[in-house]
Amino acid sequence: MAEAPSGAPGGAGGSPVRFTRAGVARGARAATPMLIGLLPFGLVVGVVSIGRGLSLAECLTMSALVFAGAAQLLALELWTDPAPVLAATLAAAVVNIRMAPMGAALAPWLDRLRGWRLWGTLGTLVDHSFAMSMAEIRSGGRDAGYLLGTALVLYAGWIVSVAAGHLLGGAVRLPPGHPLFFGGVAAFAALLVPLWRGARQDLLPWTLAAALAVATQHLGLPQPLPLLGGALAGAALAAWVDIRAAR
Amino acid sequence: MRTDVLLAILGMAAVSYLCRAGGYAVLRATRPPPFLEAMLRHLPGPIFMAYVALALTRIGPVGVLGTAVVVLVQWRTGNLSASILAGIGSVWLLDFFTLS
Repeated sequence: MAEAPSGAPGGAGGSPVRFTRAGVARGARAATPMLIGLLPFGLVVGVVSIGRGLSLAECLTMSALVFAGAAQLLALELWTDPAPVLAATLAAAVVNIRMAPMGAALAPWLDRLRGWRLWGTLGTLVDHSFAMSMAEIRSGGRDAGYLLGTALVLYAGWIVSVAAGHLLGGAVRLPPGHPLFFGGVAAFAALLVPLWRGARQDLLPWTLAAALAVATQHLGLPQPLPLLGGALAGAALAAWVDIRAAR
Repeated sequence: MRTDVLLAILGMAAVSYLCRAGGYAVLRATRPPPFLEAMLRHLPGPIFMAYVALALTRIGPVGVLGTAVVVLVQWRTGNLSASILAGIGSVWLLDFFTLS
């Protein structure tokens, strides 16, 4: 019987990794409570899409194909008319590059999958499905369908909540600058709180990111350069602080 | 659907898929240098900081106060919905008092 490579978490001993309908269903049930956390984010993306002049069809196409709340909000922040193809693409790349290491971490399961089960499941990967599946792998879970099941529930919740936000926002005809549009900024500010590890690690990198973004915008550089410049410089400083502390 | 919007969406979709699937395909075979790995790990905080800072220069002092309320509520409750609603509510109130 084939075993996972030595050293892979959850890969040693026990039954081999499977991909079953029961696993998908179990993942789906486990992810259902997560919908409560996803709902406000989806509503905000729907409302902000209206503020940027996206139709319901455009907003739902984006949500269905991109399926990444932070990337969508960030791209909408940079949105112009005509649509900023390059800026939106770059913004999505920078926000979603955080998902690149997730697939590698899920190797104990993914290495056993082929075809659509592998490449399709990877396409649905999001923070919550990753976190839940890593916990499942660590506790000895062997059914890779779990990963797809969690993601499918979150996907359905995402489409429904974005549509609800767009329909609600459209029904009350929000004027530009309406306080509801503050929801986008509020969502990111709230997400920053659990990311904060303490002043020693994060104060300087985060300040640099904010200051450089604002300064380069004042100098007249077009978006997404201020945003990306600030983000990359902050991340580089954080990496440097980290590596220096580890020595 | 407008062509420019569709192109932007397709661009975003393509890079998002590359991040999700390409990460597995590439990082499984090769390990990135430690500095790059640390940078990838620490990107979310600086991205959101830059986003909030840029948005606040546009919105002004009302937005700064609203953001302070969001951070406070998120820190105390850990509840994303509560903090977003508190932020929108406080901006609404501040708008009401500063405009009236």
